Amino acid sequence: MAKINSMADLQKKAEELKAAAVKTKSEKVLVNVSLATCSIASGGKEVLEAMKAEVAAQGLSNVEFQQVGCQTYCYAEPTVEITLPGKEPVVFGYVKGDKAKELVQKYIKSGELVDGVIPAAYERVVL
Amino acid sequence: MATQLRIATRNSGFIDPESVESYIAVGGYQALGKCLSEMKPADVIELMKNSGLRGRGGAGFPTGVKWGFAAKYDSDIKHVVCNADEGDPGAFMDRAVLEGDPHSVLEAMAIGAYAIGGNKGTIYIRAEYPLAIARLKMAIEQAKEMGVLGDNIMGTDFCFDLELKYGAGAFVCGEETALINSMEGNRGEPYTKPPFPAEAGYWNKPTIVNNVETLANIPAIIMKGADWFNKIGTETSKGTKVFCICGKIANVGLIEVPMGTTLKEVIYDIGGGIPGGKEFKAVQTGGPSGGALTYKDLDAPIDYENLVARQSMMGSGGMIVMDEEDCMVSVAKFFLDFTMDETCGKCTPCRIGSKRIYELLDKITIGQGTEADLEKLRSLSVNIKDTALCGLGQTMPNPVLSTMRVFEDEYRAHVIDKKCPAGVCAELLEYTVVDQKCVGCTLCAKVCPVNCISGKPKEVHVIDQAACIKCGACLDKCKFDAIIKQ
Ligand SMILES: Cc1cc2nc3c(=O)[nH]c(=O)nc-3n(C[C@H](O)[C@H](O)[C@H](O)COP(=O)(O)O)c2cc1C
Ligand code: SF4
Ligand code: SF4
Ligand code: SF4
Ligand code: FES
Repeated sequence: MAKINSMADLQKKAEELKAAAVKTKSEKVLVNVSLATCSIASGGKEVLEAMKAEVAAQGLSNVEFQQVGCQTYCYAEPTVEITLPGKEPVVFGYVKGDKAKELVQKYIKSGELVDGVIPAAYERVVL
Repeated sequence: MATQLRIATRNSGFIDPESVESYIAVGGYQALGKCLSEMKPADVIELMKNSGLRGRGGAGFPTGVKWGFAAKYDSDIKHVVCNADEGDPGAFMDRAVLEGDPHSVLEAMAIGAYAIGGNKGTIYIRAEYPLAIARLKMAIEQAKEMGVLGDNIMGTDFCFDLELKYGAGAFVCGEETALINSMEGNRGEPYTKPPFPAEAGYWNKPTIVNNVETLANIPAIIMKGADWFNKIGTETSKGTKVFCICGKIANVGLIEVPMGTTLKEVIYDIGGGIPGGKEFKAVQTGGPSGGALTYKDLDAPIDYENLVARQSMMGSGGMIVMDEEDCMVSVAKFFLDFTMDETCGKCTPCRIGSKRIYELLDKITIGQGTEADLEKLRSLSVNIKDTALCGLGQTMPNPVLSTMRVFEDEYRAHVIDKKCPAGVCAELLEYTVVDQKCVGCTLCAKVCPVNCISGKPKEVHVIDQAACIKCGACLDKCKFDAIIKQ
């Protein structure tokens, strides 16, 4: 890790990282799997593994996984947020059983929605 | 439709909490950089004061003012403590922030240290939060390696050292003086203030104690400015509040709303209402220190003053929703059971008082309470509030007083009619057979563990009330809805 030695360094680093994130977003499918205590307890890790396995099985190479913290929907855990290139993120809840595979086969592969979508009802402060 | 506004939880669920780069990519550590490069410590405190941010740990003390006190004292060492003890039943917002966005808390602590002229930080966290602990440790290490924490942060003279201390999970250890005692290796018992921690806290050095959610707001306030922040919320309460809604609510989870959002919006718009077509009865805010709010309060805008005016409180943000099937005497008993276990025992009103209140409530729920007991309960509660040493004891009677005030009928039904209107207190229930519905299938008699149901096949069955142990097995078994519980 390159050390940050000044405020200018930090800003430069932030811009690089932001640019890389924008690039990833435009080219890849981003999958955020909630892995907080309550998500892990309801099977979040298994969902991550199952989706990774299915992505490999389908031979997809443009999917990037990220573990994230609480997505705030305890009632619908496990939850997964998927952002298709150029699209708004969609959160899927109740990802139990075969749902993980289904998400890969339908939504990730061809943008076909499956049930369990949680409508986003918040505004988020971006710094 | 009420919308949520996410400030304290802005990153949780969006970034990888185990990667400092992930945090930097969303503007992380820029607020600290801004303070170090563009602001004097006094400017930071001024900005915090102007923002109107108040403590989210329960008491609602203005953060900038607290920092200002600590800044005034001269000392070689000053401490910043993050209170991550989170002991309220039903509250888990601090855990969510720590697990989802640990760096924002570290960054805010460094900003606090810079503002008060200190350079030591401690996170007091309960040992039951292993994932939060692991992520915090990782975050501290990565941030130091990156040069945004530790020695000579971002090339400046400012150094900030940070350690974790673990609590054993005692509710009282969240109280700031008990917390300081516990950090020093003593029993986690509160002591009388003054001196306030800002003057003489951890190892007698000036110390600021701030809650996790309070801290998580700070980098956003520094970046967006005091004016931005204090335009959100109400006259007396600025910004947002994170709540954990649980109990009889469709969408159990975490929400963050601007202060001033009404309870109705929280429960119905965001929480999705009460499941199973049941009637809303009450919502407990402020946990064991708070009180029950009812349909009369649904339109009340939530802020510190409004909740206090309605004899509840904000507390740390637990919201327990109750429906018609919840008995308010039992609810009060649940909270008293909790405080009875958690009292540190240092002062008599709290140690013995909690036990006596619990006993009275228990007596009422088993049908042995009298009207005189209600009076006793009330006066005992008022006395404890006036005489206990710390916040735990001073607020412990609140759930009793508030449920007694709002649901007096329910208390009276228990002591006078020996009935539990909500159908919860087992000893006060009666299982009876509805003659018109019973077809005499004999199933109930077969399952009754004490054989207190009699009747011939094809004839109406009868329950011997004196022998019935109220187990409910018969009610579950009857296919003809011929048994009722009241
Ligand atoms: C019995 C009791 C328990 C408390 N538990 C907590 C807690 O778990 N977390 C917390 O931040 N504050 C807790 N507090 C409040 C703290 O004493 C203190 O006011 C707070 O940490 C200050 O931070 P803030 O100004 O950012 O809210 C508790 C207070 C009492 C009386
Ligand atoms: S009020 Fe209760 S918790 Fe507080 S010091 Fe007294 S005994 Fe301990
Ligand atoms: S199970 Fe119901 S219908 Fe059958 S005998 Fe008992 S009360 Fe009557
Ligand atoms: S409630 Fe239990 S004990 Fe009472 S009559 Fe029914 S089965 Fe028997
Ligand atoms: S803690 Fe349950 S979803 Fe976050």
